[in-house]
Amino acid sequence: MTSLYTLTDLSKGYTRGKESITIFEELTMTIPEGDFMAIMGPSGSGKTTLLNLLGGIDRPTSGSVECQGVRVDKLSEGKLAKWRSQNVGFIFQFYNLMPTLTAAQNVELPLLLTGLSGKQRKERVATALDIVGLADRKGHRPRQLSGGQQQRVAIARAIVADPKVLLCDEPTGDLDRKSADEILETLQLLNTDLGKTIVMVTHDPSAAKYARRELHLDKGRFVEQVQEPAQ
Amino acid sequence: MFKQTSAITLMNLRSLPQRAGMSLATVLSIALVVGVLLGFLAMANGFQKTIDGTGSEDVAVILRGGSQFELNSVLSADQFRIIETAPGIAADADGQPLVSAELYVVVDGIKKDLGTEANLPMRGVGLQAPSLRGQFELTAGRMFEPGSNEIIVGEAVLDAFEGFALNQTIRLGTNDWQVVGLFSTGGTVFESELWADIGVVQNLYQRGSSLQSIRARLTSPDAITELEAFADNDPRINELDIFNEQEFYASQSGTLTTVINAVGWPLAIIMAIGAFAGAWNAMYSSVDARMREIATLRAIGFSGGAAAMGTLIESLVLAAVGGLLGAVGTYLLFNGASASTLGSGFTQVVFAFAVTGDSILAGMIMAVMIGFLGGIVPAIRSAYVPLLTVHRSE
Repeated sequence: MTSLYTLTDLSKGYTRGKESITIFEELTMTIPEGDFMAIMGPSGSGKTTLLNLLGGIDRPTSGSVECQGVRVDKLSEGKLAKWRSQNVGFIFQFYNLMPTLTAAQNVELPLLLTGLSGKQRKERVATALDIVGLADRKGHRPRQLSGGQQQRVAIARAIVADPKVLLCDEPTGDLDRKSADEILETLQLLNTDLGKTIVMVTHDPSAAKYARRELHLDKGRFVEQVQEPAQ
Repeated sequence: MFKQTSAITLMNLRSLPQRAGMSLATVLSIALVVGVLLGFLAMANGFQKTIDGTGSEDVAVILRGGSQFELNSVLSADQFRIIETAPGIAADADGQPLVSAELYVVVDGIKKDLGTEANLPMRGVGLQAPSLRGQFELTAGRMFEPGSNEIIVGEAVLDAFEGFALNQTIRLGTNDWQVVGLFSTGGTVFESELWADIGVVQNLYQRGSSLQSIRARLTSPDAITELEAFADNDPRINELDIFNEQEFYASQSGTLTTVINAVGWPLAIIMAIGAFAGAWNAMYSSVDARMREIATLRAIGFSGGAAAMGTLIESLVLAAVGGLLGAVGTYLLFNGASASTLGSGFTQVVFAFAVTGDSILAGMIMAVMIGFLGGIVPAIRSAYVPLLTVHRSE
């Protein structure tokens, strides 16, 4: 498989007062296109930090993050914003929907950054909501939806602009088991049927089972565990 | 950029109900600032308008030298007779010079709104007086009879003071007066006066044959120089001050209008600083409440500039709503409302508050400035919301 991401000697740390804290050091890895990878590890192991670096919402202390030939860590803020809009779909633990917008308006947000016409945007939003099974809830606002439904709207928002990669930060962390399974099945479907590369941070082993492979991050090092998809 | 900004602005405005208290406080404080400013400007404009409409440039007002106000001036009947023969003075159809001897005394009136006593000017005049006021019109009743205790009453007095209805008898000081007519002078200061026969006023107020002012219709505005030269060179009359009537009133209004403006603007500006702090606080809270939303939008790819513009536009909208509320409120409450204040002669001048387009514009500019200054720093802050805020739980 072609690699989507290449991380080379990636280090991330920060300082708190006079104390320097290293999250990980000289991490080198590749993420192939079409992968569904679960990143696991204890709290503070740097799982979310790694996800932030992949998504270009944080910068490494040293090393490089390359995505299909683009040095993400070197892009200016403006170019980085554009790169994110074209390449990355984010799914957050707490959904991060805009409370005053309807489901359809939330899903439409990334398309406002494209040159699509209103009609084209409407069609794309309808398709995305259809994929996540919420076509009949397009006029509902987030507070009128269950947690699982809100996360599905967030997934629709993440895929509507057809990004290469979906970065999921504890996507089922705020959901009950049944809703969590539905979300994970949807993510699996997006990976197998639509070929989306998915990187998912989770501390839930049963969630990680849905991924093609698990990577355990501990003390700044990866321990890879390859597995078969759950379904 | 436009689509991004309008999407963010729409979201911000839709989320206002979630911050209703703070937003409403901002709107009301700005409304109050604009209301106070417009109130003062309406007062200054209304007073100025009344004074500016008073006087014509071809009427000369003659006072004793150095007296400045009619109330301070004393002139003799001899001086009046000499002035009648002066050059540059127009004559009526019968060839009589258009000159009016006038006596100006102060009486107590009861104000309708407060029920308190206030100084009212009573002008003793001859029958020539109306012909020296271009817009004089008897709107009801008739002119007073010379030699009688009859008065005609300016319409502004009728509106603002008790007891001056037509045919009513009113006691002023120790004398009873019969109201026989009402007059208008097109909204000028003279409408705040009572007019009676000069002979009767001289007698009742024990002024002998003295006068306080002389008004003379000039053949042209420039003829005032001939009149001045005559007064300067005639040894029979002591030093006189001769004014163009229009300039006479304009100069007297200047001080009060300046005072009104000098109080109004600083007060409005001090209040504006308070409102600015309120707007700033409200917008900071607005950005604070939406940190995660803003960070999420920026993570999706929205620009920091669009986030800033959205915040700034929200602030400007709140300010504009406040400004409009203040302007509409002031207009409804004050525009055309009658008020009276001490004029130059220590007597009441009745005038109407005038909320003008220029004042409203000034108020709206002030409101928008408050919105801009209150919103700019929070807007910049929203452009730099840390992207990692996306992971916040709330």
